[in-house]
Amino acid sequence: MPDKKLKRVDIIFNEDCNCNEVLTNSLKKSKDEILKEILDSGLRGRGGAGFPTGLKWKFASQEAEKEKYVVCNADEGEPGTFKDREILTRVPLKVFGGMAICAKVIGAKQGYVYLRGEYQFLKADLEKSLEEFHAVLKDIGFDFQIKITMGAGAYICGEESALFESMEGNRGEPRNKPPYPTVSGFRNKPTVINNVETLVDSFMICRIGSQKFMELGTTDSRGSKLFSISGDTPIAGIYELELGMALEDFVEEFGDGDTKAVQVGGASGFCVPRKKFKETIIGFEGVPTGGSMMLFNSSRSMYNVLKNYVEFFEEESCGQCTPCRVGCQQLKKGIEAIKKGEKSASYLKTLQKLAETMKVSSKCGLGQSVANSFSSIVDNFKEEMIY
Amino acid sequence: MPEIKELVTGLADKHGRTRESLLPILQGIITEERFISDDALTEVARELDISAALVYGTATFYSFLDTKPRGKFVIRICRTITCDMKGKKQIINTLEDLLKIRVGETTKDKNFTLLETNCLGWCHKGPAMLINDDVFTELTEDKITEIIRDYMRNI
Ligand SMILES: Cc1cc2nc3c(=O)[nH]c(=O)nc-3n(C[C@H](O)[C@H](O)[C@H](O)COP(=O)(O)O)c2cc1C
Ligand code: SF4
Ligand code: FES
Repeated sequence: MPDKKLKRVDIIFNEDCNCNEVLTNSLKKSKDEILKEILDSGLRGRGGAGFPTGLKWKFASQEAEKEKYVVCNADEGEPGTFKDREILTRVPLKVFGGMAICAKVIGAKQGYVYLRGEYQFLKADLEKSLEEFHAVLKDIGFDFQIKITMGAGAYICGEESALFESMEGNRGEPRNKPPYPTVSGFRNKPTVINNVETLVDSFMICRIGSQKFMELGTTDSRGSKLFSISGDTPIAGIYELELGMALEDFVEEFGDGDTKAVQVGGASGFCVPRKKFKETIIGFEGVPTGGSMMLFNSSRSMYNVLKNYVEFFEEESCGQCTPCRVGCQQLKKGIEAIKKGEKSASYLKTLQKLAETMKVSSKCGLGQSVANSFSSIVDNFKEEMIY
Repeated sequence: MPEIKELVTGLADKHGRTRESLLPILQGIITEERFISDDALTEVARELDISAALVYGTATFYSFLDTKPRGKFVIRICRTITCDMKGKKQIINTLEDLLKIRVGETTKDKNFTLLETNCLGWCHKGPAMLINDDVFTELTEDKITEIIRDYMRNI
């Protein structure tokens, strides 16, 4: 049972932060001091996979190669996620600052922000902030530059290795792993790639100290997190909350009184039905999320929700590997056939088996995570799939 | 054709002529032309000294790098779940009536193309859409009618 109550936090957008001062002070510290702070904080990646940020930086710092890169993943394509856009709009200097601090730790001179094509409208303002940022770096005498690279409407390019392919001018097809980016990333050089929010958290940990950050959250999920809240809620929007709360508390705060399910973590996340709200913890020990929380009330057809997700995956699959490419098509055809009565209800089991097969045989996280939403929706709302 | 050549050369001068320049160049063509014609593809291939097939294969991977003719204003409505729940269907119907085209089509005067796209990152303010790079949120039938009339007036 969760012991954390829902608590609003103000770290990411906190306006009392003098970014230039934090940056200057942080860059004065030694790389080991910074690394220790990030490791101690227990910060884990906010882009979905939750890899410990300090470890990632440490691995990249240990590579002998001279040419290294820091990449900010601003591809934000997961359905129901919109917090990175808000961060980049309101506190871009914190993002760039996080990148510079990472650059100091790993020894990089060049950074990139990979911005999704849908956020083209942000680019001009970001470039203005970059000018200010580069001027500060110049004053400090720290040799680091950031460029903005634009995506072009492909969800899969948020997957780190596909993102590197895209930056290199190729189709955004994920690579085999290992090697991991800290060994071979952009231009096959050691690269740290972090989500926008992870970089801001790193920056703010340098400001408030790992201790303050650690006081928030749980052993497995330290700190707070931005949540993108949408769907059937009277107060849709972006909220920073302490990690580790019960979904029940969340629904009480954000639901419309008639919440029947919450999709935690977007189309590639899990659907939690009302009867499990109490026991479900939001965090890495329970159901993790990159921030996407979509609420559905009892007027919604979970069949429509599932179909929408499967269509999303079918369209966004890069098509490189068969389990994912053909699997997504078959899942879509399958649920449609059951709904029309062309297939019996028992065919759902076959489809779930297919989704499980995709989990173990797909090349990247896209194909591997289709089963998350598929099985959690089918298991909990079987009747809605059939009738 | 000469204009395309000029455009591509200009973009290559700006972004370079390596493989890494390919996407920025193609994006530059989209900004100007809204789609990448066969002529443009060939020209890019020539400038970067790679095969046209490679250029084509890369462009077609990305949903914003259209290789089919598009109007001056490309409208992309979000079709993902929360926008769908907030009435995306009515918005499409209204647009189809206003523009007298269906999703996937371009108006005869080549001014508007109507497309669907996946989550735009404005789910708390659905339904959302893009017209070229500009964002419009919390759409209603009245709002969308006004927006399109504005565009029509300014063509
Ligand atoms: C299909 C797919 C899409 C992804 N999209 C994003 C994204 O839009 N933004 C993001 O930060 N991470 C995304 N990721 C996760 C990245 O691959 C990577 O784990 C992350 O950027 C690492 O940063 P973090 O450790 O700070 O979370 C995606 C992964 C997959 C498999
Ligand atoms: S799992 Fe899907 S998205 Fe990932 S590489 Fe295979 S086909 Fe491409
Ligand atoms: S679902 Fe439409 S913008 Fe996200």
